[in-house]
This record gives sequence, structure tokens and C-alpha cells, in this order.
Amino acid sequence: MAHYDLSTPITEAQTRALRIDDTVTLNGPLFGIRDATQIAMFDRGRATRFDLAGHAVIHTAPNVKKVDVSPANPTGYAPVCIGTTTSSRMERFTRPLLERCGVRIVIGKGGLGVASLAAFGEIGGAYLAIVGGTAALETTWIEAIEDVDLDDLNPESLWRFRVRGFGPLRVAMDSHGGSLYTSVDADARGKRAAALAALGVNARPAR
Amino acid sequence: MLRIDPGVVENVAKELYIRALKILPPDIKQGFDTLAARETAATAQNVLGTMIRNIAVAEATDNLLCQDTGIPIYNVTIGRGVELSGDDGAALKAAIRKGCERATREHPLRSSIVHPLTRANEHTSCGIGVPVIQIDHRDEIDGLRIEMIPKGSGSENNSWLKMAVPAEGIDAIKTFVIDCVLDAGGKTCPPTIVGVGVGGTADLCMHLAKIAATRPLGTHCADAEGAKLEDELSGAVNMLGVGPQGLGGDATAFAVHVELAATHITMNPVAVNMQCHSARRASAAITSAGVSYGF
Repeated sequence: MAHYDLSTPITEAQTRALRIDDTVTLNGPLFGIRDATQIAMFDRGRATRFDLAGHAVIHTAPNVKKVDVSPANPTGYAPVCIGTTTSSRMERFTRPLLERCGVRIVIGKGGLGVASLAAFGEIGGAYLAIVGGTAALETTWIEAIEDVDLDDLNPESLWRFRVRGFGPLRVAMDSHGGSLYTSVDADARGKRAAALAALGVNARPAR
Repeated sequence: MLRIDPGVVENVAKELYIRALKILPPDIKQGFDTLAARETAATAQNVLGTMIRNIAVAEATDNLLCQDTGIPIYNVTIGRGVELSGDDGAALKAAIRKGCERATREHPLRSSIVHPLTRANEHTSCGIGVPVIQIDHRDEIDGLRIEMIPKGSGSENNSWLKMAVPAEGIDAIKTFVIDCVLDAGGKTCPPTIVGVGVGGTADLCMHLAKIAATRPLGTHCADAEGAKLEDELSGAVNMLGVGPQGLGGDATAFAVHVELAATHITMNPVAVNMQCHSARRASAAITSAGVSYGF
């Protein structure tokens, strides 16, 4: 298990070096996306002026406050609390993010499914697990909100954060077919019969 | 007699939303210590450590524990000596709604609430039927008690109801809970409080599951059979190895809580609603002595 300190954007080779259970700390631009952002981009054909090639995206919609535009807050938004949402709702957008936008890293919580895992393998991508529900800590890793696009979708705008020492994050899905979620799920389902036996239930097949 | 002052209720509703988002109740903090002490998996120990650190960072930086401001729920209990007449009920609800909106605008907080069809966000944390406001009466308390729960969507999106039949018995209830925990995996932000409703009608059963999921740790079902069931289930779900964040480990749930209602001779309903590890809640008592805050 290796640790990588990466500055975005990264290359395909850097992405493919990542293996499950490695840890990563990110520096540089990080893009915030969510359900509405990706519905707009991939279902409704909205274009973004941001170049996401080689970059990392995080499943988020932040708490922000409106402030005067300044060098520190060029968008007129200052961060209040920035955390991470459940990734699985956005499963079908992983492939277009990689294929059409050139995204290399998806950061989220709770994991993605088999279609995303296939896209990571074919195109070269990885999923980094952050600890969900720890947004106060996560916010301390964010230096600024550098830019925002598609802001009519606020809070589900396309955000460009600048991060430093963002992590450590755990590589939970890699480009070699590895997924911690698949292995943990298989192990847990393997323990189903024992858990039911402890409850005095004769295990029947799962619904 | 205590006359309800809408201005006081409005301020309390505002304050409660912000407090709930920032300070985790002591029973949940203790629950983390218990889980961390007995966790055997290295990854899980690491994840639990990050969660515990976040609780301290939120308090030190006066920030929100989690970015999800949730669906705001206010549970109001009207106790002894409260004068409630005329339009007071409607005024009470309006004051809570106003307080919720003010918390969102004035802190500010992310409004997580949208119209269900247009998806339009009014940026007030309010909408049709939201905040959820439930009013109950209890003679054992003095004055007015308001509990606020910002219910996170990661856990709420994993909610289930099964209208089992009597022939399937209690085994159907136990099997359903185990299968729900397996299906939820890491999506509910485990370790969770698994709330189980048993009995009632379909809607009451689901409501009981929510009450169970948001009950303080260390409390038990008032019914002896229900309490026995929650003990058994608490042990069993933590045999599965889903672990914190679904990344494997012992700490899948803080506890399984069960709430019961009588049901029909033909029915055997069971519902599951989960509370994520950021098991946030805050409460306030409004009495003739003033306002006091707690959990």
C-alpha cells in the first residue's frame, strides 16, 4: 500500500499506478459536481467553460456564503462547509465524465458500481473514498473557491476549489478491476446465513 | 399558564437547526468511543478515528459536522400548563417555519430542499410540507419541548417497507433487517442507527422506523419483546462486516432500535429507516423559567 501526493491535473499513467488500499493526498484544482450538475451536462447538453481533462471531481454541493468579490474570493462565494455526498446516485455519469471530459479521479463516499468500475478500467480512472460526514475536517483542506460555472444550479453548480493536503483519501476502486465495495459486499453477504442463524432464523435466499 | 410566544418559538427553531448541525449529542459521541474501542479492522479504526476527529474540528471551528443540512424535522411536544387556543397551533407552525428559513438565510446554510417535480430550490430550507412539523401532547413534561432533527439524505434514501404476512412470522422481520443492512452497504454513511418499525399501518410502520432511528443511543423500546428484538438485531448486524463507510470492519451500526405498534390480524409490516453516523439532533425546553437547550 503506497501513498501518493498528487498535484492535479494528472496523467493516465499516474492514474493507473493507483491500486486499491493505496492512499492519496491531492493538491491543486478540484471540481465539485452533483446530481443536477451532471443531469445538466450529460442529459441536457449544457456545456461548461471548465477544462476537466486530467482532473479530479468530488461529489458535493457545498454550504457557501455570499461575500464581496476579492482576490481571496474571486467568485463572491466563501466556503462555509464543504463535504461529500453519496456517489451511487450518480453512477451513470462516471463514463461520460471520463470519456467526454477526460476526468481521471472521482472522489466520493459509499462507492460506485460495476459500470463505473468498467469505465475506470477501460479509460483509466480511479475512485477515491473520503470519509463521508466529516465535512468540518474536509473544509480545512480547501483553500478557496476559485471559480464557479452553471451557477443557476446553485448549490449544485460546477465548482472549482483549490485544495492543499486534501486527504489522505483511500483508493477504493482502481483501473485494474479492484473495488473494495465489491469485496466487502461479497464478504458481508457470505456472513448473512451466520447472522440469521444467530437470530434463530433458518436462512432463506436473499430477496 | 404558559402562553406560546411565536417570537420565542421562531428564535428557538432557528437556533435549534444550527445547534443540531454543529454539536453531536453526548450519547452519539459515547457510541463512537464504544465502537472504536472494540473495532478490530485497521481500515475501520482509521475511518472511525477520522469521524471522531471531525466532531472535534466542527466544535473548534464552529462549523457544521456534515455539509448535508438534511430535511429539517421539528418534533413539538406540548406539556402541562400550556395555553393553546384559537390560532395558536397555526401560529406555532408558522413560527417554526420562519425560524428554519432564518437559520438558512442568516447563518447561512445550504438549502437542501427542492420542489419534488420542478426541482426548484427556494433557498429557504422550506417547501410544501417542509420543514416536517409534528405536534404531540404529553402530560409528564412542563411547557413546550421542541426537538430538531436535520435528517441526512444518504441514510434517508435507504428506507424500506415490507408488508409481510402473519405466516412469515418474526423471521420475516429479522431477515428483512439483515437484508436492508446488506443492501445499504456504505451508502448510509455507517456506522448507523438502524431504525426498525414493526406493526401498525404502512405509514405508521415507516414513521415508527424514523422514531427508532432518531432515538438517543442507550434508550430502549418500551415493550419488553421489542427491547429483546433490538438487542438480538444489534448483535447480528455487527456480525456482517460492512463496517464504517462500507469499507469493512466490525462497526456497521451503533445499535438497532425497534419501535412497535399493534397491527391487524392479517398484517405483519416491517419498515427500516437509518440514521447516519452524524446522528444529529438538538432540543429546547420552553417553560415559564425561559428557554434551555439540550439534545
